[in-house]
Amino acid sequence: MSVHTDDTGSRIGMWIFLYTEIMLFGGLFILYAAYYHRYAQDFIAAGSETELVLGTLNTAILLTSSFAVAASVEAMRRKASSLAIILLCFAVMLGAVFLFNKYLEWSRDFAIGYYPGSDLMVDGPKGQSIFFALYFVLTGLHALHVIIGMGILCACLILTAKKRITSEKMILLDNAGLFWHLVDIIWIFLFPLFYLLH
Amino acid sequence: MTESAKGYAHPYRPLALAIAALLCLTALTVSLSRFDLGALKIAAALTIAAVKATLVLLVFMRIGKTGKAVPISFIATIIILAIFIGFIFFDIAYR
Amino acid sequence: MSAEASFYQTPSSPRHRGIAAWLLTTDHKRIGIMYMAVIFTYFFVGVTLGLLMRTELMSVNTKIVSAQTYNALFTLHGVIMIFLFIIPGMPAIFGNFLVPIQIGAEDVIFPRINLLSWYLFVAGGILAIISLFLKGPPDTGWTFYVPFSTTTKTGVTLTVFSVFVLGLSSMLTGINFITTIHRFRNKNMGWMQIPLFTWSIYATAWVQVLATPIIGITMILIIVERLFGVGLLDPSKGGDPLMYQHLFWIYSHPAVYIMILPGMGIISEIFPVFSRKSIFGYRSIVVAGMAIAAIGSLVWAHHMFVSGMSDVAVLVFSFLTFIVAVPSAVKVFNWVSTMYKGSIYMAPPFLFALCFIFLFSIGGLTGLVQGAAGPNVHIHDTHWVVGHFHFVMFGGAGFAFLGGLHFWWPKFFGRMYDFKKAYAGCGMLAVGFMMHYFPMFILGLEGMPRRYYTYLPRYWALNFFGGIGAYIMVAGIALLFINLFMSFRRPDNAPPDPWGGTTLEWSVPSPPPLRNFIEEPVVGPHPYDFTEKEKK
Repeated sequence: MSVHTDDTGSRIGMWIFLYTEIMLFGGLFILYAAYYHRYAQDFIAAGSETELVLGTLNTAILLTSSFAVAASVEAMRRKASSLAIILLCFAVMLGAVFLFNKYLEWSRDFAIGYYPGSDLMVDGPKGQSIFFALYFVLTGLHALHVIIGMGILCACLILTAKKRITSEKMILLDNAGLFWHLVDIIWIFLFPLFYLLH
Repeated sequence: MTESAKGYAHPYRPLALAIAALLCLTALTVSLSRFDLGALKIAAALTIAAVKATLVLLVFMRIGKTGKAVPISFIATIIILAIFIGFIFFDIAYR
Repeated sequence: MSAEASFYQTPSSPRHRGIAAWLLTTDHKRIGIMYMAVIFTYFFVGVTLGLLMRTELMSVNTKIVSAQTYNALFTLHGVIMIFLFIIPGMPAIFGNFLVPIQIGAEDVIFPRINLLSWYLFVAGGILAIISLFLKGPPDTGWTFYVPFSTTTKTGVTLTVFSVFVLGLSSMLTGINFITTIHRFRNKNMGWMQIPLFTWSIYATAWVQVLATPIIGITMILIIVERLFGVGLLDPSKGGDPLMYQHLFWIYSHPAVYIMILPGMGIISEIFPVFSRKSIFGYRSIVVAGMAIAAIGSLVWAHHMFVSGMSDVAVLVFSFLTFIVAVPSAVKVFNWVSTMYKGSIYMAPPFLFALCFIFLFSIGGLTGLVQGAAGPNVHIHDTHWVVGHFHFVMFGGAGFAFLGGLHFWWPKFFGRMYDFKKAYAGCGMLAVGFMMHYFPMFILGLEGMPRRYYTYLPRYWALNFFGGIGAYIMVAGIALLFINLFMSFRRPDNAPPDPWGGTTLEWSVPSPPPLRNFIEEPVVGPHPYDFTEKEKK
């Protein structure tokens, strides 16, 4: 009857937490769907104003970092903690590049007036303004989750180095990986909605 | 039981195959977006996105290997979100 | 009384002493008690705000508060009662204390996250209090409709952020309960042996997990709109204010099921014990509970019939609203049928449960009137609606809460309270309740709007009568709580099983020891088997 560690239970709890994240972004996807229906033409026109190259690059970056995290989990299972640490570092660095690209995109958007409240938006079609409002809120919330995910992966890095995460006790790494993969999945859907509409 | 069996490692190969497939699908969806498919455009892009997401779920997150509760509740969550979006359309599509 | 020390004498970690043994505890029972202390405080504040409002409304020209203050009063009364009392109340107090014991476990699966949930709850409340004073209390109503909520100069930003934080607390609690119920059940307890209170917490937890994030993002959208003016909900920038209402009610309707389902679970526990008979239709109550959670997530736009949404939506949501009434009715039928050929034993918890049946039924039936699109046009935003939701949330969930409190009080604190005062308090509360809220149906049909600080002279008589009822009600509430607190003057010698219950919490000492069970719990094939129980 003693309290025992229950990895399966921890994993289930993490998945349920991921559902809350899906529903959090889900509310914004609901908004996108409603406004796409209303402003389809404006959305398609505005969709050609986003940076396709940077967006595609970011998609590839996040997918690869997801791969790196999944591989680091397998490395850990094989007791190859140095490899696991290297892969985690790689994933975090890719996350940083993602954020840097986002910074480039956003600065360019602000510079040429593609932000809510700018003259370009106020004078232009309403759908365009809504498109960019959704763009900033969704990619902003996503970027926040990338930052949080990077923090969690760094914590796993440190704990692995300190041998607090080992091949016997790696549920923390498992669960951190799940979070990172979800962040990746959300971007997988954001990418076509904002970059592939032209 | 493989998830909780300590020290049991899964092969790297599926991970490598998955990332290769994901990058190919990304290239595919970008090239498809150059064509004028009309209303199909967003549907095609989202379908490819769904395939990519499924790959991540199955291969990276190993959702199929986590017992019954997780896959069932995950699908239920997606269905509920789909219903929310669908029901909103009862309003906005008929105003 | 057993020789085993109770959880009050044994902190969850031997290093903790004094206040730290509470504030750093991971014991689900202590966390439940800490929630109780904070939630009771919020309840008393909410009652006071309500009484102030109803006093203002006792005559047409009263001016104890200004119109602006009145707006703040009904906003705060709603925010406090909904987000700080009823939504957390039963899951956080009764769920935390009882679910692990009912399934034969020593604690929840994530005890530290449980403590975090409590801190988030306290933080949310503090943020809400601060928001009253920084830029003036919000005056939007607890529903925060745009465009008023995005443009009013009062402190809406901080209030809605506090709602977001409270939502985090709720979500983490839900995650904890679902996983605990899946993983920590006694090995002899299958899904169809779980007590109905725990089943109700399970259904509630799924709603907490899946619906709460939507209000989270909705509150974020208000904040983003107030700070950055992105225009997602602003018609002048292309936004659709109805989308706010959709997003808001996609959570807030399921939220009412978060409020009532645990209450129904409590009623399901009380009826068998005081009828000395197994619950009628255990399986159908389980299915009905899950059905309420599921279908209840599909009816949200019945709050929006007159908002300007499409007729198709009105039709669909009205139809589904009628459907969702069915599982609730099934449960009422089952509770009442439990009494048939039972052996009734009257005690205060049972009186609350009986009042619940009557008051909740009135509330449910009046909800159907609102769910019909035609009458809805007539009574939307009138006092009819105020009457309806107080019947279900107060007459229903509130009475269930009080019933649970009187049922499990000896388990929590090892002491019994005075029955006579409990009956008197319940009686006063019930009489005052009917006097106060029933006239609202008439007032609503007559056209009296809600959320107005004054009214036409022809509504005076019922408002005055209702105000008297309010004071009787509050006197009843005061008597009930004073009676409960006075139980602390009595010796703590309550037996493990003062009522003759069959669920596992009645097999452990009152109050339980730290790890809940002294011996391995014995789980029978049926959770409500009274064949071996002596009549007390």
